[in-house]
Order: sequence, then C-alpha cells, then structure tokens
Amino acid sequence: MAKTVVLQRKPLSLSERTYLPQIVTGLKTTFSNMFKEKVTLQYPEEKPLISNNYRGVPTLVKDPNGREKCVSCQLCEFVCPPKAIRITPGAVPEDEEDRAHVEKAPEEFEINMLRCIYCGYCQEVCPEEAIFLQEDYSLSGYSRDELINKKDKLYELGGTLPDSHYKWDKKKSAETAGNEH
Amino acid sequence: MFDLEIILFLGIKVFFALVMIGTVMSMAGYSVLAERKVSAWMQGRVGPNRTVLPFFQYIPFLGPHLKKLGIFQPLADGLKFLFKEEIIPGHVNKFYYNLAPIVALVPALTTMTVLPFGEFFTRGGESTPLMLANLEVGLLFILAVSSLGVYGIVLAGWSSNSKYPFLGGIRSSAQMISYELAMGLSLLPIFLWVSQPGTGIIGLSLVEIVHSQSNAPWLLIVQPVSALIFLIALFAETNRLPFDMPESETDLVGGFHTEYGGFKFGIFFVAEYAHIVVGSAIFTLIFLGGWHFLPWVSDPWPSNWIGSVIGVLWFLAKTIFLIFFFIWIRWTLPRFRYDQVMNLGWTKLLPLALLNLVFYVLLVTWIDNPNL
Repeated sequence: MAKTVVLQRKPLSLSERTYLPQIVTGLKTTFSNMFKEKVTLQYPEEKPLISNNYRGVPTLVKDPNGREKCVSCQLCEFVCPPKAIRITPGAVPEDEEDRAHVEKAPEEFEINMLRCIYCGYCQEVCPEEAIFLQEDYSLSGYSRDELINKKDKLYELGGTLPDSHYKWDKKKSAETAGNEH
Repeated sequence: MFDLEIILFLGIKVFFALVMIGTVMSMAGYSVLAERKVSAWMQGRVGPNRTVLPFFQYIPFLGPHLKKLGIFQPLADGLKFLFKEEIIPGHVNKFYYNLAPIVALVPALTTMTVLPFGEFFTRGGESTPLMLANLEVGLLFILAVSSLGVYGIVLAGWSSNSKYPFLGGIRSSAQMISYELAMGLSLLPIFLWVSQPGTGIIGLSLVEIVHSQSNAPWLLIVQPVSALIFLIALFAETNRLPFDMPESETDLVGGFHTEYGGFKFGIFFVAEYAHIVVGSAIFTLIFLGGWHFLPWVSDPWPSNWIGSVIGVLWFLAKTIFLIFFFIWIRWTLPRFRYDQVMNLGWTKLLPLALLNLVFYVLLVTWIDNPNL
C-alpha cells in the first residue's frame, strides 16, 4: 500500500499576507473581463438556435401533398402520461377521394397545453408520423380555453413536413396491383 | 432693512447650493447606473439597455447609443421608487423608522458644503477656491459629519424591530468604531507634511492641502501608507464591498434596510452613493492633487476662467475615476467576514497608522532641524 504523504503548505510570504498583490491580480482579471465579448442574448430580437431534436409544442403535420396524416388511431391519446390529448375519431371527409381507403381521420384533436409535459411520447408512438414536437417553445394565452390547442391550431402550428414513406399511397398502389400488402 | 446686496449674496449662495446638490445627486444617480453597467460588463453581460425617453431613440446615431448605454435608466429607477407604495410594517418604531433615512442622507449632503472643486481666478491672477463654505477646519468638519451617517444605519437597524436589520446595525456600529480611529490617524501625517514651518500654513483646510500639491508631488506619492489606510477606511466608511457589513445581502437578507421599501429605501440607496461621490472627491482632494494637473507638473491651462473650467473638469474626471475604482473593487473582492474586519481594523490598520504617524513625525522633525 502506498504511503500517504501529507504535503506541508508553504507559509505565506509578507507580500502574500498583505493580500495587496492578489488584489491587484484580481483587479486585472475583472478589468480585462470588461472588454470581452458579451454572452447576453437580446431575447425578443435575437432568438436562440434550436436544435433539431428539441421538444417544443406538439403539433400535427400534413404530408407534402397537403393531406392530413393522422388516422386517429388514438395511440398518442393512450400513451400520453398527463392525459393531455383528446381525440374524437371520425371518417375521412367525402371530398378527399384519394384518401378514402384510409378509413379514419380525427374529427377533433385537442391537446391541452396546460397538461402537456413535452415528453414526446406521442411523437414516438405515432405510426403515421403525424405528430411532432417542433421548435416552437414560447406559448402563452389569456385564458385556460385559449391554451387547449384545437385541430386547426395544431395544423397551423405544424405545417408540412417532408415524408419519406407515403404509406397510404403505397398501400393503394399495392392494392390496385393486386397485392395484399 | 433688507439690503439689496445681502439678498443678492444670499440668492447666489442658495443658487450655488442648489447647483451643488443637483450635481452630487445626479452623480449619485449615475453612479448607480455605472455600478449596474460596470458589474454587467465585468460579468460578460450588457446591463440596462432598454430604457429610453420618447423621441430620443429617433435621433440618428446618438439616440440608439444613449439607449444602449442606459442613460435614461436612473430616471426610470427614481420614478419607480417615487411611485411605489409606502409600506410601514406594523412592528416598527414609526418615528425612528421614518427618521433613519433622513439621518442617513443628511450627512452625505452636508459634507459637500465644504468640498472645494476648483478655483476661480480674479483679474489680478489671484485664486479663490470654488466652494460653498470655505471652512478653516474643512477636513475636520467632513470627518465629523460623515461619521454621523452611521447613525442612520444604526437607527434603521434598531427601529425595524427585526433580527436581520438589527444585526446589520450592530455590525455597522462595530465597524465604524474600528475604522474611524485608523482613518483619523492616517490623516495626521498629511497635516504635519502640509503645515511645514516657514510656510505659515497651519490648519485643516482642504484648499491648502490641494494648493500644497500644485507643482509638487501628490500626497499619494509622498505618503502612500496614509493613502492606503485612508482608502481602506473610506471603503468601510461608505459601506462598500469588501466591508459592506451592515448590508451583507448574502447573510443578512438586506441588512439594515430589509424592512424598508419604496422611497425610503431609495433614500438609503442614494445616500450610499452620495457618500461614495463625496468620499471619492475627498480622496481626490487630499491625495490626488484636486484640480491640479499632474504631479511635479504645473497646470498647463491659463489662469483665467478657461483654466477654472478645465480645472473643475479635471477634478471631476479624477473623482469619476475613483468612483469607478470603488465599483471595480466591489466586483472583484468578496466580502470580509465580520471578525476579519474587526481584526483588520484593530490589529493591522491601527498599528500601521500609528507607525506611519511616528515615522512622519520623525521625518518632518529631521527636515526642520537637520542638525538634531
């Protein structure tokens, strides 16, 4: 076992005991700090850089063809830990013929932002890649009702995101080609 | 009965007094701004840069820069204090509670009556000092009155009837006792030096001290130990970090002003900064040559009104640098512990001041009688 050596601290010299040289050193440090670049972000005018994996306000997105992606499977509603999501399932609107085979769409989709904890489980669980927590972090309202995001608000916040699958288009073309899947 | 000349004389005096109060108070207000700005810069922040009066921000170039420097911030701060609700807590001793801020502010404003800030040259080339009252014992007056400021703090601490202000008041009185002695002793060698036999000048007049430094080394160079002790004592006197025992907001909440709010707190605040302004001015007068140019150099400006104006501005520049120095020290050094302050005052500064005094007594005696 190694032997522990206790180092003796050197006694302070006279100049060190007056503290004055140390004070001068400190003054130099603070003075040079005055001219360094400032780290303050002038918030409303300058916004911070938001990384891609940031979990902001949950939103609903449309595919590049402007079609609704949510099929109202309600998985997000079930997985949501604070029970912030409420979905009223409904049929796909009559006028959207190329989506008739999707069968379901949300009639109403509510996310209560007073309950939401921004955990991102809804985005993780969504089989349709329809719900995303995007980079919007600043949320405020004057009443409780205002902070319950309805379907149109959610689509407005979400916008359109690129889609690499076009799942339902593939299904339809497979079906017309006679394949089951 | 009412002589016109007397009325005129009084009117001019009152006018000058108001100008002086205005100057010192606005300097105090802008020291608060300087404090915020300098602390921000030293910590990598930008400080107050939003406040602006209407229309001022539309002035090209100048407007945005004034806004960025926060020039209008003191107005907003002052108005805030003025319009806040005056709350008097139920548990305080009302009379002394209301008296305390006044007692704190009055000494700070009284000391400036005997502060010379420049000189006026008559047509014959003779100079008269610019000051409100040319007291023969100016420095003694300042030492006596400025120490009264501590009563405001003690009164505030005691009348608040609450433990943290009480501790602040106790600390403040203990601190004052340990520093006043060293402060006074550090100034005695100055008088020994200035009142040399043969010059015929004997007195405690600030003007004479300033005059002795024209075309001669500053007293900072002649008596560095005195200057150091006086500066340290000045920090203690103005309750500035590293000796802000009565306030010490990290361990005593707000110290003596914990129970104060609104305008009464504002008065304490302004009094503290007025103390700093006056203290800086005194240090400039005694050790930095007042309105005289540089050590060993005679004033390069002419002996007329232009010279007076430049002299006053030069004096103000020195004072402002010292105010900056106060702020600079505050954001560099941590606070001393209570017992360390007592230790420093009694066992270090007091013996040092005594030794310094003895040394200069011997030196001055030797200079007077080299044969001894």
